[in-house]
Amino acid sequence: MANKKIEFSPEALELVHRIIKRYPEGKQKSAILPILHIAQAEFDGWLSAPVMDYVASILKILPIEVYEVATFYSMFNLKPVGKCLIEVCRTGPCWLMGAEDVVKYIEKKLNIKEGETTKDGMFTLKTVECLAACGSAPMMQVGETYHENLTLEKVDSILQDYKSKGELVTHWDKKHIATNYTNLHE
Amino acid sequence: MAKLLIDNITSSCSLSDYKSYGGYTALEKALKLKPEEIVAEVQKSGLRGRGGAGFPTGMKWSFIAKPEGVPRHLVCNADESEPGTFKDRYLMQHKPHILVEGMIISSYALGANTSYIYIRGEMMFQFHILQNAIDEAYAAGLLGKNILNSGFNLDLHVHCGGGAYICGEETALIESLEGKRGNPRIKPPFPAVKGVWDRPTVVNNVETIAAVVPIINMGGEAYAKIGVGKSTGTKLISASGHINKPGVYEIELGVPVEEFIYSENYCGGIKGGRKLKAVVAGGSSVPILPAELILKTAKGEPRLMTYESLSEGGFATGTMLGSGGFIVMDESTSIVKNLFNFSRFYHHESCGQCSPCREGTMWMEKILRKFLEGRGTSADIDLLWDVQGKIEGKTICPLGDAAAWPVASAIRHFRAEFEEYVKNPQNIKDVRHYYRLNNLQEL
Ligand SMILES: Cc1cc2nc3c(=O)[nH]c(=O)nc-3n(C[C@H](O)[C@H](O)[C@H](O)COP(=O)(O)O)c2cc1C
Ligand code: SF4
Ligand code: FES
Repeated sequence: MANKKIEFSPEALELVHRIIKRYPEGKQKSAILPILHIAQAEFDGWLSAPVMDYVASILKILPIEVYEVATFYSMFNLKPVGKCLIEVCRTGPCWLMGAEDVVKYIEKKLNIKEGETTKDGMFTLKTVECLAACGSAPMMQVGETYHENLTLEKVDSILQDYKSKGELVTHWDKKHIATNYTNLHE
Repeated sequence: MAKLLIDNITSSCSLSDYKSYGGYTALEKALKLKPEEIVAEVQKSGLRGRGGAGFPTGMKWSFIAKPEGVPRHLVCNADESEPGTFKDRYLMQHKPHILVEGMIISSYALGANTSYIYIRGEMMFQFHILQNAIDEAYAAGLLGKNILNSGFNLDLHVHCGGGAYICGEETALIESLEGKRGNPRIKPPFPAVKGVWDRPTVVNNVETIAAVVPIINMGGEAYAKIGVGKSTGTKLISASGHINKPGVYEIELGVPVEEFIYSENYCGGIKGGRKLKAVVAGGSSVPILPAELILKTAKGEPRLMTYESLSEGGFATGTMLGSGGFIVMDESTSIVKNLFNFSRFYHHESCGQCSPCREGTMWMEKILRKFLEGRGTSADIDLLWDVQGKIEGKTICPLGDAAAWPVASAIRHFRAEFEEYVKNPQNIKDVRHYYRLNNLQEL
């Protein structure tokens, strides 16, 4: 990490500048949340201090202003995570429908506890609060995909799929940086 | 009853599809009216905010300040994070153009030339669907400069959050849109005077803005004829929990609760034919009611799905329509365990600015955990009651109340169940389950 230069890919940088233009002159700080999502997609799924400093330099704000925000919102990972971050909803309706068992099952299957990453760096398991899919509980999110109406068998095949792909999965999917960016209206 | 919002749901959510069943005719109609006339139509419709508080939308719009030379903004609240609520996500995923059309009409009514849809970061899938819909609208001349030759200009942007329930509170949402932590502001000043970037701002829920489309199409008066009394129009209800048919239903306000739970047109009854135990009718924040009080009011009248009927009896025997997150619990549900789950949620989501909320939510979670571990005492029940009372009404934003009400109502209606956890923990499935899950010793 130390000698790797921190810089967005040209496509990401263009996207970032388009997003900044959506807010009034001088209010470019407003773009911080979308940009932090893009940063996670660009830099291994998490925000290191140098990455946050880089975002601050792009937005022309102080690094502390980025740290302040990144630590407040639960979607930003301040430590390295596996390629595939599994977020299981643990709130009321999902709990009623068996979310606890899903969490315990994944813990056992991957041999990690909630909050931990598998040794091969493939999976990190996290529990999160209601994701607005309570009608198809229990559910979990991986990247931008919601996996709903979970059963333990379904969990098995979902994990297997991600494992065989072996790619980094992030909330702001890379495909929306590389191919779709022209769609983002200024 | 015809559906107004989620009719014509098809697999494609494209502009041409939306137009094929009359999409954007309300916009054409609206742009021929004066902005004040649109506000008047919305006032006549009796539409009330669908985000939870139920404040009359037309009145809210009439409050927007219009200082000379200062831009105004409309911000759509698509943060939908209230446990039990998933209607906005459904609407945006399947019918993004109704929101885009509603945003254009509402922005025109308010005199806003730049508007934002603030969607929670987890809904990135819907973020891109909305972005595509917006791009289509620009390409068709429905957004941008001189929309449909009316002289009205509007830029519409979709903005994503970063994961924080509190950003659904409108002033926290504004802070977040400014690129800061989501700490609610002290009101006044209200957003209508000083909102995003200190400019006059209206924040409205997704469903509220979508409802403006049928209101303009049919006229405010005709819309007001749907529903009962001051609960006009249709409402999206997110139904979850132990029911046969969970999902999003558009109801005419006024459907009896009993019909909603048991009819095949809606929830289709309780799963496995079990008995109904309790319902949280309006998202996790509203008071829980036991079966007998959700089906009938304390006066013995059938309870209806309206703002008024659900709150009949105040908090002693009633609840609230809230965001329409209808969570059904069957006889096997532990009220104590479910309450622990909600309390953990509010503790996790408190922004931490006010001590009653920051500390109180932490204590409520801690005390409730004791019950699940079989260590709860009678004094803990009283302590819980005391703590919730010290939060309610004593905080900057209503998250404090939202954390207190579920606790108060659970104790009010289900005190005997807490006592059972104290007296006979070894008999309680949850306590044993808790131990098993955590590989602690068996009781
Ligand atoms: C803690 C908290 C969370 C809220 N979350 C939401 C939300 O996710 N979506 C929403 O529309 N309103 C939410 N609200 C209500 C908003 O503050 C605001 O009243 C609403 O967006 C106004 O829109 P409406 O008048 O169209 O309902 C929340 C309020 C509080 C106190
Ligand atoms: S009530 Fe809670 S969430 Fe609201 S401002 Fe106070 S601490 Fe923050
Ligand atoms: S409770 Fe899990 S999605 Fe709402």
